[in-house]
Amino acid sequence: MKINSPLEAYKYLPQTNCGECGEATCMAFASKLIDRSGKTTDCLPLIKEKKFAKKLAELDRLLAPEIREVVIGVGDRAVKIGGDDVLYRHKLTFFNKTKMFFDVTDTMEDAALVDRVKSIANFKKFYVGRNLLIDGVAIRSVSNDPAKFSAAVKKVSEVGIPMIFCSFNPAVLKAGLEAAKDANPLLYAANKDNWKEVGELALEYNVPVVVSAINDLDTLKSLTKTFSDAGIKNIVLDPGTYPSGKGMKDSFTNFLKIRRAGIMGDTEIAYPILALPFTAWMSGISDPVSASYWETAMAAVFTIRYGDVMILHSLEPYATLPEVHLAETIYTDPRTPVAVDSKMYKVGTPDENSPVLFTTNFALTYYTVESDLSSNGINCYLLAVNTDGIGVEAAVAGGQLTADKVKDAFEKSGFDLKTDVNHNTVITPGLAARLQGDLEDKLGAKVLVGPMDSGRLPGFMEKNWPPKK
Amino acid sequence: KFDVANIAEWTNQIQEVPIGNTSADGGSRGKRVLLGGEKALPFFPDAPMPNRNQVTIDVFDMRLGLAKAVKENYDDVMDNPGEWAKKNVEKFNADMITIHLISTDPLIKDTSPKDAAKTVEEVLQAVDVPIAIGGSGNPQKDPEVLAKAAEVAEGERCLIASASLNLDYAKIAEAAVKYDHDILSWTQLDMNAQKELNRKLMKQCNVPRDRIIMDPTTAALGYGLDYAYTNMERIRLAALMGDEELTFPMSSGTTNAWGARESWMVSSPLKEDSDWGPREYRGPIWEIITGLSLAIAGNDLFMMMHPTSVAVLKHITQTLF
Ligand code: B12
Ligand code: SF4
Repeated sequence: MKINSPLEAYKYLPQTNCGECGEATCMAFASKLIDRSGKTTDCLPLIKEKKFAKKLAELDRLLAPEIREVVIGVGDRAVKIGGDDVLYRHKLTFFNKTKMFFDVTDTMEDAALVDRVKSIANFKKFYVGRNLLIDGVAIRSVSNDPAKFSAAVKKVSEVGIPMIFCSFNPAVLKAGLEAAKDANPLLYAANKDNWKEVGELALEYNVPVVVSAINDLDTLKSLTKTFSDAGIKNIVLDPGTYPSGKGMKDSFTNFLKIRRAGIMGDTEIAYPILALPFTAWMSGISDPVSASYWETAMAAVFTIRYGDVMILHSLEPYATLPEVHLAETIYTDPRTPVAVDSKMYKVGTPDENSPVLFTTNFALTYYTVESDLSSNGINCYLLAVNTDGIGVEAAVAGGQLTADKVKDAFEKSGFDLKTDVNHNTVITPGLAARLQGDLEDKLGAKVLVGPMDSGRLPGFMEKNWPPKK
Repeated sequence: KFDVANIAEWTNQIQEVPIGNTSADGGSRGKRVLLGGEKALPFFPDAPMPNRNQVTIDVFDMRLGLAKAVKENYDDVMDNPGEWAKKNVEKFNADMITIHLISTDPLIKDTSPKDAAKTVEEVLQAVDVPIAIGGSGNPQKDPEVLAKAAEVAEGERCLIASASLNLDYAKIAEAAVKYDHDILSWTQLDMNAQKELNRKLMKQCNVPRDRIIMDPTTAALGYGLDYAYTNMERIRLAALMGDEELTFPMSSGTTNAWGARESWMVSSPLKEDSDWGPREYRGPIWEIITGLSLAIAGNDLFMMMHPTSVAVLKHITQTLF
């Protein structure tokens, strides 16, 4: 964005402190605009009242992220890429994590094609309370035959996840666009030979388009400028992704340069970037596991350094699991740890004889403990104490996990140790052992110190539950 | 025309630190490993990277439990640290080896510092690459063990792992300086603590700048890598922009990746997850991606275990180098 202090944003707000946005003052709201946790649409007076229209437009322009946002696909599974404002995640956060598209070809057998697309659409990896997904399908025209491509697109589009159409032949791309009307696919790609026709398709069908110039940033920039002058807004850049040797080093350098230029204000190149780790399969590695590892390593490099969307090939879990985890890692907001709601959770089907345990609301801690309990069939009550999303040991050290906080969490959860269970006993994390005495006083309950690692809870329960009178 | 400037604020160079003394330096190592010297983030075009990433492969002084995929590679040498070290170098292409003196832990075997020193000598005999020497992680015992190890390895310029704020770092630092070694300054995901410890090593213990390497802690992919990655990137950026307390090469305990459930569990504990596939392929790539991410953040030296992980990490970092 073009401004970086709340004061600058404040100038464009109504300055009435009416509170409709949920903030007490316009200044407080201005801070939220600057850290991108609020949107101008949350200020109702600003968007409703005509007299503010000019200010709103200007403010939106100033607040727009440096890197353009581009949407691929439609409906629930549509994805947004780009939108970044910084080169390093700790400076703010990265927005719109890297999207992973896996390839299919228009020469695949129908059944194999549908199978592969379904496994892409249904991929799911649970992680701290959410499911990590893979995002879409890149349909490569190997046949170069519009009819074949059209048939493949029809099959894929029935599954309803975002698509990239891959061909340099405008006739093939057009056939695809006709086969999946309004699916908003990304076209791959316009280059210096076909840009006129492909640009026209992008305009006619109003779809995002990749501009490709391999290892040639001058051409990439001038093609992009031509497109944007022609009214094409949704552009994605492909500077080429070489899978080996000096070419790969050059590709890496190109990604860095493009993003640096974009963040520093060169609007002509401030677009999301496409990486092609699937080129690993063309690098001459014969063993498939090694090729897949190389592809995953390339995906990691370009997830960290500025790839916004990528086309991949290997659907082996040992490729996809690290890929989706790394995108999540790089794109989680470093300003706030991932947390779960602070409340009493039931694990399995607990009754009045079941143990009561507490942990923190740091998502990584909570889900680790929860899965140790549930996968071992331990029915119990598990209280997530609000520690501002900090894990057990750091929260004890930093004062977010105290006897008072635990007591407060019990009260807020509405769980009563005296009546909801018949043992009036609480189990603490081993790393919070030092709270034991204080807790017994504050809760008026018996407090058992559990193991340091929740993985050892099953053994602990065998020995210590039910508690001796 | 496309044009973009270099970063003007990167004015400081990372300290170059050698590990290992050859006969020319008064030791018996066959080669020296050089870390650091960067003037830009790794692999960036702003300035050439003077030294490539290096990998040191673990050796333990006793048989221990390891993930199945790792253990397969070492089962035949696990009772003999010298043979283990040799295998790492000859078969798995280690740039260095790390000998972990875990048997000294009072809760494991409580072996004496003298026994530990013998193991160190044995390893120094067996291989001629530079070595790192690690304790058991017991804060009471490590200073004594590491001091003794430093003494018997005098003149070899080993990397002593590690000094930290929760043990007698002065004793370890003193031994490292006296017997001609480098020291690993280890803190846990806290840039300010890292500055504090480095400052203490330099000012209070008089450790010369070219003997300090930092370990700001490695958390595995999916288990805190977001903190570890950003901590390292911030440390490196601060150093390049002039923070003299942070201008040191970094080292990563990349093997922490084997603690991630995804790298060792047979299958997902959750039935809703898509199939996790065979674990023997998941573990090595978990170690690769954990290490590679940190290589991009600024890490120089990698402490690793699985031979495939070592090979791929070296290959990709040297391709980008
Ligand atoms: C990541 C980390 C951080 C992150 C925290 C991220 C977060 N959202 O929590 C950051 C960088 C922010 C951080 C900050 C600090 N940290 Co810190 N941090 C760590 C680190 C490296 C890992 C902790 C972690 O996430 N573990 C993983 C989670 C899942 O573990 P967990 O929550 O403990 O859960 C496990 C167990 O407790 C148990 N368990 C959990 N719940 C339950 C429930 C029951 C019933 C049972 C039986 C078991 C159980 O099982 C779980 C799985 O094993 C540790 C060192 C280490 N390697 O352990 C230091 C550490 C915890 N930090 C420490 C310190 C001192 C701090 C700071 C005070 C540093 C500072 N000077 O700023 C701050 C405090 C921050 C605050 N409280 O506001 C110290 C604590 C020392 C002590 N014992 O007093 C440690 C041990 C490092 C050290 N040796 O110095 N830290
Ligand atoms: S809604 Fe708009 S005018 Fe009202 S307080 Fe919020 S920012 Fe100010």
